[in-house]
Amino acid sequence: MDNLVIAGKSYASRLLVGTGKYKDFDETRAAVDASGAEIITVAIRRTNLGQNPDEPNLLDVLPLSSYTFLPNTAGCYTLEDAVRTLRLARELLDGHSLVKLEVLGDPKTLYPNMTETLRAAEILVREDFQVMVYTSDDPIAARQLEEIGCVAIMPLASLIGSGMGILNPWNLQIIIENAAVPVIVDAGVGTASDAAIAMELGCDGVLMNTAIAAARNPVLMASAMKKAVEAGREAYLAGRMPKKIYSASPSSPVSGVIASSKDKSV
Amino acid sequence: MIQLIVNGQPQRIPLPQETGMASKPDHQILNITQLLEHMGLHGKRIAVERNGEIVPRSKFDQPMLADGDRLEIVVAVGGG
Repeated sequence: MDNLVIAGKSYASRLLVGTGKYKDFDETRAAVDASGAEIITVAIRRTNLGQNPDEPNLLDVLPLSSYTFLPNTAGCYTLEDAVRTLRLARELLDGHSLVKLEVLGDPKTLYPNMTETLRAAEILVREDFQVMVYTSDDPIAARQLEEIGCVAIMPLASLIGSGMGILNPWNLQIIIENAAVPVIVDAGVGTASDAAIAMELGCDGVLMNTAIAAARNPVLMASAMKKAVEAGREAYLAGRMPKKIYSASPSSPVSGVIASSKDKSV
Repeated sequence: MIQLIVNGQPQRIPLPQETGMASKPDHQILNITQLLEHMGLHGKRIAVERNGEIVPRSKFDQPMLADGDRLEIVVAVGGG
């Protein structure tokens, strides 16, 4: 089996999905099902005070027993907020330690603040969290995060929610080449071909939310992404043919072509 | 009454004695379970932080809340 292994646990699906931005919980569940994802991200937020106490909860729709939950630190701009959020997440999810760390640098680009990210990763690893970390596509930062003990390196392909695809495949290749832990593209995927390209580059997985949730038909896009990730992975394992400007060797036999009036041999 | 800051908002919570809940007269300090019951959150999957420190569920029945405490009560929501 060609499984994705993160922190010693094996997953058949290499597609990880977020659960935000859906119309309602029914659509969230249908999209998650269609994606085949086993790891799903959730955010940690203050409860609404004084609202309907019987308001449905995400965990009623996506039960803890059916998925590996990946609580994130979306919206955190300091290491203190990120660490506090994940401590709360661990308590909320009964001691679950696999987490997604992201410390953002600015609300316009949502680009990661790598100084804060590195410091937060150190604290979390010391507290026995298994840290999957959102990072810039800087190969040095990626290496430092791995040295700290992060269990997966998750570089952006382009900005969060931008759908711009993979803007710097060369940096991703360097990160993949250097990393001994899984490299998962997180952010920037816009459509199925982007996910396939990430996998063909040798990424171990792809994490996405907006590309599915903001599609006109999210459930159909989730299914497309599942296939794209599988196709890209198989293409990577198969090893693509070399690129060349033109080929002197056609796929069909050169000899035995029926004679034409232009045939010089007649 | 006890004055708490819950999720950034000032909240005045009646003490158990005032709500008629069973309580020893010398233990007038609120615990987390009583706070959650008051807020309609009892039995929900939530996590609580008090003054920056996680409160494990095993301590929810220990009287610990004092005037001016800052609490965060969080849930899991959809997110990427």
